[in-house]
Parts: sequence; C-alpha cells; structure tokens
Amino acid sequence: MFDVTAIRSDFPILNRTVYKRPLVYFDNGATTQKPKIVLDVLEKYYLENNSNIHRAVHHLSQQCTDAYEASRKTIQQYIGAKKVEEIVFTSGTTESINLVAFSFGEAFVNSGDEILISYLEHHSNIVPWQLMAERKGAVIKTIPMNEKGELVLDDLEKLLTKKTKIVTLGHVSNALGTINPVKQIIEKAHQKNIPVLVDGAQAVQHMKVDVQDLDADFYVFSGHKVFGPTGIGVLYGKEEWLENLPPYKGGGDMIKRVSFEKTTYADLPLKFEAGTTHYIGAIGLKVALDYVQSIGLNAISAYENELRLYLEKALNSIEEIKIYGTSEYKAATVSFGLKGAHPSDVGTLLNRLDIAVRTGSHCTQPLMEYYGIPGTVRASLAFYNTKEEIDYFVESLKRVIPMFS
Amino acid sequence: MSSIQETQNQIVEEINIFDDWMDKYNYIIELAKDLPLIDAQHKTNQYLIDGCQSKVWINADLVDEKVHYTADSDAIITKGIIALLIRVMNDRTPSELVDIDLFFLEEIGLKENLSPNRANGLVAMIKQMKLYALAFKTKLGQ
Repeated sequence: MFDVTAIRSDFPILNRTVYKRPLVYFDNGATTQKPKIVLDVLEKYYLENNSNIHRAVHHLSQQCTDAYEASRKTIQQYIGAKKVEEIVFTSGTTESINLVAFSFGEAFVNSGDEILISYLEHHSNIVPWQLMAERKGAVIKTIPMNEKGELVLDDLEKLLTKKTKIVTLGHVSNALGTINPVKQIIEKAHQKNIPVLVDGAQAVQHMKVDVQDLDADFYVFSGHKVFGPTGIGVLYGKEEWLENLPPYKGGGDMIKRVSFEKTTYADLPLKFEAGTTHYIGAIGLKVALDYVQSIGLNAISAYENELRLYLEKALNSIEEIKIYGTSEYKAATVSFGLKGAHPSDVGTLLNRLDIAVRTGSHCTQPLMEYYGIPGTVRASLAFYNTKEEIDYFVESLKRVIPMFS
Repeated sequence: MSSIQETQNQIVEEINIFDDWMDKYNYIIELAKDLPLIDAQHKTNQYLIDGCQSKVWINADLVDEKVHYTADSDAIITKGIIALLIRVMNDRTPSELVDIDLFFLEEIGLKENLSPNRANGLVAMIKQMKLYALAFKTKLGQ
C-alpha cells in the first residue's frame, strides 16, 4: 500500500514553511528533495569514514572504496546494466553527455557526418553536440515534434542516413513530460548500426528503466533528480562502446601507468573517472536508489500518474489555462500557460502562496519557439506530492487568474 | 517635484499599506497598466535587455538636461516594478542618477526580484538605466 503520509515524513524539508504555510514543492523536474537517510549517510561518511577512494591501504580508504563500488553495483542493477564496469560516475547528466559527445566525437565523427537530436531536448543535450559538431565539421539534424509534444517518427528512416553517427534524445521531456518511444527509435537506429544516447535525467525517478531491454548504447542521469545528492551522476555505456572511446579528462585514478613518453589508461570504468570523484555523493546516491526501490518504481509510476491526471483534469477545467504537452504517454510533469500572463508573473505570485514551480523556457528554447511562447509554468511532481497539494495549487491559480484580466 | 529620497519613501508607504502580498502585487500590476508604453521604434532588439525569462525594453532621452526613461516588459510584474523605478528616476539630472541608491526595493520586500537568479532582466535594467545616465553626464560634461 502506497502510504504518502509515511513517505512525506522521510523528507524533512517538506515540513517547512516558506512564507505562511507548508511548502508545496512542484519543482521536482529541477531537483528532487532528499530523504533523511540520504542526508544521514552523507553526514556519517564525512564524520566517521571519510578517506579518498582507490588510493590507500588503510581502513577508512577501504571502507569508502567498498561503499563507492557498492553504489556502482546498485546503479547497475537499478538500470539493468549487464556489467558493473559499464557504470561510470560523473558529476551529472550534463557531464555525462559532454563526455560522450567529446570522446565519441574524437573517435568516430568526421567532417560532414551527422548527429541526430530530438527537437524536445534540454539545452544540455544540444549544446555539447554542437560544440563537437563545430570542432569536427559535423552537422546537427533534428527529429521533429508535433503539437502534442511528441516526436514525429514518420521520416525517421530518412533522417537516419549513411552519415548519421549517433542519435541522442531524452527518455522523458523535461519541459513537457512526454515519454519518448526510445525503444522503437533505438531499434530503427540499430538497423543501420547507429548508436543511441538516451538522456534519462527525467525518467529514472519516475519509472523502471532497463537499459538492456531498451538496448540503449548510452544512458545518462543525475543523482540529484532521483532523491540523491547534487554533484553526482551516471553514465552507462555498453562495454564495447566505452572501450572504444578515448578518455575525456586526464588525471589521477584513470591511469595504469604514467611516464612522460607514454601513459596507459585504467580499465573501465576508471578510465573515465579522472581525479577525485564525488565519492560520498555516490554513496548517498546508493541510499537514494535503495530508498526508491523500497517504495517500488511500479507503485511510484502508478501513484504519480494518478496525480498527473488529477492535475491535468483540474487545469483543463479552467478556461484561461492551456496545457502544453498532451501526449498520452507522459511522466508526472504538467506544463501550461495562463492567458494574459507571462509565466514569470505566475511563478512570482505562486511563490508568495508558498508554491514552488518552475517558469520559463526550461532550458528548451527550440521547443518554446515551436509553440511560439516565451515559456510555460511547469508543475513537476514527485511521489511525495499529494492531491491535497494539487487542490491548493489549483485554488491558488484561480486566485491569481483575475489579477491578469 | 519630490526628491529621489521622498519619492522612494512615498512608494514604500503606499505599498506597505497592504499586508497581503497578493494585494501588493495587485497594486504593482495596476501600476504596470498605467505605464506609458515605450515608443514602437524603441521596442526593438537594440533596446532589449534579455533576461532569461521576461524581456525588458528601455530607452532614455535627455530633455532639458534631465533624463527621461521609457520602458516596457512582456511580464506585467516586471513592468510594474519598472513603473516604480521610472517614478523614482525620471526627470532627474544625470549626476543624481549615476550613483542612485534604490533603497525602496528592499523596503517593499522586492529585493529578491533583484537577485541574479530571478533572471527577469531587472538587475540588467537598472544597470542600463544608470549607464544611460552616465553617458548623458559625460555628454553634458557634468
């Protein structure tokens, strides 16, 4: 049984008041709150166990190394990777994508080659590819979208050309909540031997992900969006791809042997983990993922879907509101505009009513241009949100609407 | 004409009559509706201060050695705050404006609108208003 009251008591911040009443936190797409057990483990490691990993023979270093590697194992299992060596710790989704864009570009992309990107992407899944494309003389092409905020796959065959070197797309759109048919796209790309990177930053907190079932070549996400610490993220890559990519950063821990004549690199995954990683963050991420799994991703998806439909139904009954992103397949994100109001106005007023939402372009300016709007108000939900919060949110919107007439 | 100090004090008094923040914002929104629009020729990219979220257009003219600002924004609360800034800053000498202390924003509780993460263009707008004043000051040799 899904007990939201019990769940909420695990998140200390949800009890706080911002101005007058308890916080309504609907900005989970930007970052999620942390359960106390995650905060406790961070504190415990800094207080009692801190020591740099992979470096020393002493007890504390062993302890931290073991906990760090245990986290890698948990992540492997969480996303269904075949091997633990396929899990690389990064600072977050953005770094994971930059790593692949850089290293993949160095190894496989030449002048005139094409990179295929979905139109729905967050800037962090656009700009790293543009930087690489500029360096390599490659061309960016896009998979188009429709009014419902879905990718249009009619011409996918044509977009996957002999020159296409990689396809990159989000699993779930951060701005609209659309769940993209990544499995289908990967299958089509693989028919032409083209690898696919999936940005799972907005997926892994909402639904069960199995990278082997998807057959994704790369899958990336951030710890802080899945109830873990900031500054830690994940790059999953199929072993054969990671083996063939050159290192992204040089430094300690990523080498086998260094001399001024020639340096040999460490085996996977350490080849991509130069310098001291945020190892305590990684340890915290394990606790977060264990916590999510203790609730159960199927239960989470079902509950969040109920919340989203409840919110969408309420918003649809308000004449002044228009929802952007009306696909049948959505995670718990609802983006909308309010007639006569700029999204930032709505966000400013809701803030004073103790509601945290995100307003603006959500780092997806091409997508906003498609709709011809400066941005949206985005309510992105998590499993600790409630129907009572949604009721208050809708009531608050009804209070705000007359101010713009 | 009231001094810069007096005008700011008046604004603080007017807005702090309201206890409820929704009423304060309602008042600010009403002010926005009364703000004379910027001349169409100045509502172009050249006069645009691009915040991450809302847009602000601003122009300044020197009239009888005093600075006259016109401005607009696509977000109404931002526009209302602009209306307040214009009320304080309009028709002052460039010298008065270069180092102006806009204390009223803090006193009416709008200081958070000025933190860089609000990305609403206000910080950049105030900077631009002062830059106009500085340019006029230089021009006048004050």
